[in-house]
Amino acid sequence: MNTFWIIFAGSLVAIISAILGSFMMLRRQAMIIDAISHAVLPGIFAAYWFSSSFQSWQMWLGASLTGLFSTFLIAFLQQKLRLQSDAAIGISFTLLFSIGVILISAFSADIDLDTDCVLYGELAYVPLDISDFTFWGIEVPRIIWTLLALLIAVLLLIVVFYKQFKITTFDPEFASAIGISNNFWHYVLMAAVSLTTVTAFEAVGAILVVAFMIVPSAAAFLLTRRLSSLLLLAACIGVLSVQAGYWAAWLTDGAVAAAMASASGLFLLIAFIFRRR
Amino acid sequence: MSKQKVLSVQNLVVRYDKDPVIQHISFEVEEATMTGILGPNGAGKSTLIKAVMEILAKDSGWIRFWDLPLQKVRKRLSYVPQRESVDWDFPTSVFDVVMMGRYPHLGLFGRASRADKLIVEECLERVGLSELSKRQISELSGGQQQRVFLARALAQQADLYLLDEPFAGVDMSSEAAIIKILKEMQAAGKTLMVVHHDLSTVSEYFDKVLLLNRKKIAYGNTDTTFTQENIQTTYGTHIRL
Repeated sequence: MNTFWIIFAGSLVAIISAILGSFMMLRRQAMIIDAISHAVLPGIFAAYWFSSSFQSWQMWLGASLTGLFSTFLIAFLQQKLRLQSDAAIGISFTLLFSIGVILISAFSADIDLDTDCVLYGELAYVPLDISDFTFWGIEVPRIIWTLLALLIAVLLLIVVFYKQFKITTFDPEFASAIGISNNFWHYVLMAAVSLTTVTAFEAVGAILVVAFMIVPSAAAFLLTRRLSSLLLLAACIGVLSVQAGYWAAWLTDGAVAAAMASASGLFLLIAFIFRRR
Repeated sequence: MSKQKVLSVQNLVVRYDKDPVIQHISFEVEEATMTGILGPNGAGKSTLIKAVMEILAKDSGWIRFWDLPLQKVRKRLSYVPQRESVDWDFPTSVFDVVMMGRYPHLGLFGRASRADKLIVEECLERVGLSELSKRQISELSGGQQQRVFLARALAQQADLYLLDEPFAGVDMSSEAAIIKILKEMQAAGKTLMVVHHDLSTVSEYFDKVLLLNRKKIAYGNTDTTFTQENIQTTYGTHIRL
């Protein structure tokens, strides 16, 4: 059962990440995911400090807001200081991440939180934290419920507002001309990425979220010519990476999250060999 | 009797940072005219139409369409961006791009109906791309890509069309096909403003010209406005026609 929950949790993260990551990649904003995943650290610390728990909604909200804040900071640096986007991203996330590291190291005696667990997560702990809600008498880990709720929310968002996301990604000038706000949908997407990063970090860690957002999307991009099939295929590649990574880690007694990230890289290589572009 | 005013621009100023790209431009466009917007590189031609469409924020000035602000008439306007402004590797088909022209008519939650699909097919037919409808857009030539954009504009069923360099990087047969459609649109009572580069085709294509170099140099009928003297003022060098 433990194996099932680990793979299930990983797969949920992979599907959510593939959908959001595909849009981020097509918008050439993949590096912003990296920024958000690091920038949530001070938010995680602050929320943990006040609520002494990873499981509170304060922690979820606090971290998501710092993630979103980093995207405002990036936009500010680009627009007001005229910095290149890569420089703006580099400044924003190193700044916020280092503040987080300083806070954690200064107060580490008081709280049980270290930067490693934020960055790498620990999938093996997923089955240990059981929720009060059971499913037909089966005990379900807490993170599964959270991830399921997030998946439904993200799917609803993308399905209902598919055309808005598509047009602001493909042709922002045209979108603006027909009255669809690029800024609004940009920040909606950033909020979703931020929430996903925060929700997933304790299970798979911030680094694996980045890998799940970018690598399967990039692999799917090489294989398809339609946005809808790109989203679907990216999700499948993500889930396959979870499976392959888990069993590779089991065989070699290695790190699960790292094996999953490596597996997604392997799928990218396979996609490159069979690419249609 | 004078024709109806479609677009009025008064004292428009647009700046990039502190650099004024458009300086106090005023003009009025009448219904069923086709205006060529001409000027050297960096003259502010694209900036002008983007500011008119509020894609770029203006610094000051006053813009009205049929005496109304943009927000009230958005569905009657169509903007065709430069071909290079989008990534043609984007995973989508010719049909889907043209369908984007129906988005303003679909509303926030709406889905494309049968009628929308029929309109898209008609527009593809008009630009001669029916057979390429299912192609991925990266598989098209420059001229075909430009015709996809034109089909998308047609699908909008607007009354005023602003086109940014629709002839840039297209082959001669595509250029001929595009100008033919633009002339048909004008004949059907549509108003068009076209950012244009090639001075040799101006008299043939446009009945009005707007000569621009950060300031308005001249605006009027092509036969009286597109003169050697005005061109020289606009481009600052001797250009022989």
